[in-house]
Amino acid sequence: MTPTLTPVRKRSALTKGQLPKFAPYVVLAIALVLGAAILALIGFNAFGWGIVSAILFAAGLVGWSAAVEGSRKAKDKLATCLVVGSFLVALLPLISVIWTVMVNGIPGIITPRFLTTSMNGVTGVFDNRAAEEGSPVLGGIYHALLGTLEITLLATVISVPVGLLTAVYLVEYGHDRPIARAITFFVDVMTGIPSIVAGLFAAAFFFAVVGPGTKTGAVAAVALSVLMIPVVVRSSEEMLKIVPNELREASYALGVRKWRTILKVVIPTAISGIASGVTLAIARVIGETAPILVTAGFATSINNNVFSGWMASLPTFIYTQILNPTSPSNPDPSNQRAWGAALVLIVLVMLLNLGARLIARVFAPKTGR
Amino acid sequence: MTTTSLTKSRGAGRAGDKVFSGAALAAGCLILAVLFGVALFLVIQAIPAFTAPAEDIQGGKGFFAYIWPIVVGTLIAAIIALVIATPVSIGVALFISHYAPRSLASGLGYVIDLLAAIPSVIYGAWGAAFLAREISPAYDWLADNMGWLPIFQGPASATGKTILTAGIVLSVMVLPIITSLSREIFLQTPKLHEEAALALGATRWEMIKMSVLPFARPGIISAVMLGLGRALGETMAVALVLSSGALTASLIQSGNQTIAAEIALNFPEAGGLKVNTLIAAGLILFVITLGVNMVARWIISRHKEFSGAN
Repeated sequence: MTPTLTPVRKRSALTKGQLPKFAPYVVLAIALVLGAAILALIGFNAFGWGIVSAILFAAGLVGWSAAVEGSRKAKDKLATCLVVGSFLVALLPLISVIWTVMVNGIPGIITPRFLTTSMNGVTGVFDNRAAEEGSPVLGGIYHALLGTLEITLLATVISVPVGLLTAVYLVEYGHDRPIARAITFFVDVMTGIPSIVAGLFAAAFFFAVVGPGTKTGAVAAVALSVLMIPVVVRSSEEMLKIVPNELREASYALGVRKWRTILKVVIPTAISGIASGVTLAIARVIGETAPILVTAGFATSINNNVFSGWMASLPTFIYTQILNPTSPSNPDPSNQRAWGAALVLIVLVMLLNLGARLIARVFAPKTGR
Repeated sequence: MTTTSLTKSRGAGRAGDKVFSGAALAAGCLILAVLFGVALFLVIQAIPAFTAPAEDIQGGKGFFAYIWPIVVGTLIAAIIALVIATPVSIGVALFISHYAPRSLASGLGYVIDLLAAIPSVIYGAWGAAFLAREISPAYDWLADNMGWLPIFQGPASATGKTILTAGIVLSVMVLPIITSLSREIFLQTPKLHEEAALALGATRWEMIKMSVLPFARPGIISAVMLGLGRALGETMAVALVLSSGALTASLIQSGNQTIAAEIALNFPEAGGLKVNTLIAAGLILFVITLGVNMVARWIISRHKEFSGAN
């Protein structure tokens, strides 16, 4: 009589007590249904549904895991839920800000001549008429756009040579000398200067040198340079550091002077990274409000000259239109202009960010392999 | 003849070398001079406010009676921002460095960097127009149910334009800073430590707790301090969101003010001694943020292995 050998399948201790693969999906489905039910009792809205379902999902999954798998696995699941949850929470404001700007900004943008007229002569009377009779909102952002572009351009013209030369000094000449270490440290410290303090510095400097109450686009450009230089130094320094030493040595071996090596070999090799860093720095300062507010004042008419007179810029335009509407009794037209300007500004910043990535990719040095 | 021409060319090249290295050094020194100048000119313009008779300063009780409520307000707003932003950004950084699929990680990092790219005035406008309105029912609830706590004392502001709203907006603005620095440090954790922990049977969370977080602690501290520096100096979010007033303990009533917002709101129309007072306020903000940033940078430089963290 031969005993029939039926293999007895024992669960291995290593795989014992595991949740089935489909567990998260089941819990998610239950959580969504329960969440909808709870929200239906107290008044439904999508945001609350998401929050309640997420909490139910985490509690359900962790609880089930604790019952089946033990406390260590449950803690791991809890940590995963919290980490993923915090990422989703961080996305909420980004989506909300972009959505708010889009929804509120598009009516401003499509107003006729919004981009080609200034606020010169636009008074509360027109805004009241627009709000009461529905006539189109007058006034635009041409002066602010012009001011932003001119101030940012001047700040770039000041910052790039200073920043790039400093980076060259730190990488090529510094060699851990005390002064190079001091520059590195203070450049780092400078990145943390509050933007309004940079503005106050430029204002105080020009008050002392030119005369009290000096407010022009150039003062604002100096303030923005204080914020921009450290960013340019940091990014250019990183880029110059990764230029392979072999290139320098090959150039020296051919008898080329150090300065010509830097100008003809090192900087051209790193130029894509440097250009992309400069673009990111521009994107950072183009949206700065506080330094321009205290240095350039706010104008309502077109001012082409950065060296004299108050100048408008997009961020200060948004700020003043929201805080001091042109017509205090009917702030809606002002808000519409402010959101339109905000949309233009955000598009500018996003384009600069995208441009920086494109520059870095397109002009990256050819490896030849 | 050859030698002379060689010497000649060498002479010309040497001049070029000198000029170029001199220019580079001058640019570096200019940066030091600018930082020194920031301090110097702020001090020069601030001195009249310190020396002026007490009754000439706004409020009539002297400069320090004027400045301390807004210093406290600044700290309150910054602390709210950090309390919210620190755990979330460490979570986000962990998600990008250790949880997200490798192929998605850099794209997700870019999405978080977009948060840093949005100009502060737009955050301010968003906070004032959207967040304040949406969050005010929550303040009513807090006032009704948690009102026994001094910080949630009612009646809640009907517009939602309170220091707590400003702090939430600030937390959104410092989140990308803390996240990107922490992420860099998390990625530098020695792979061997992580693999050793996993090989001993640790779950992913235990691996992070045992190898990643202890390694990254100084980096996280300095990242949080850099975020603190940003939150202290941020102007527009507070100026647009907060309806300011006297110092109050309750976070859900209108009131309180921060240094940066005080300057931005008053400087454009200020004249005479008021300008000096505001510049003196700016000097105090500068000193506070400089101190915070220097400590943060010092912590980073003490741990040179976090080369990516600066």
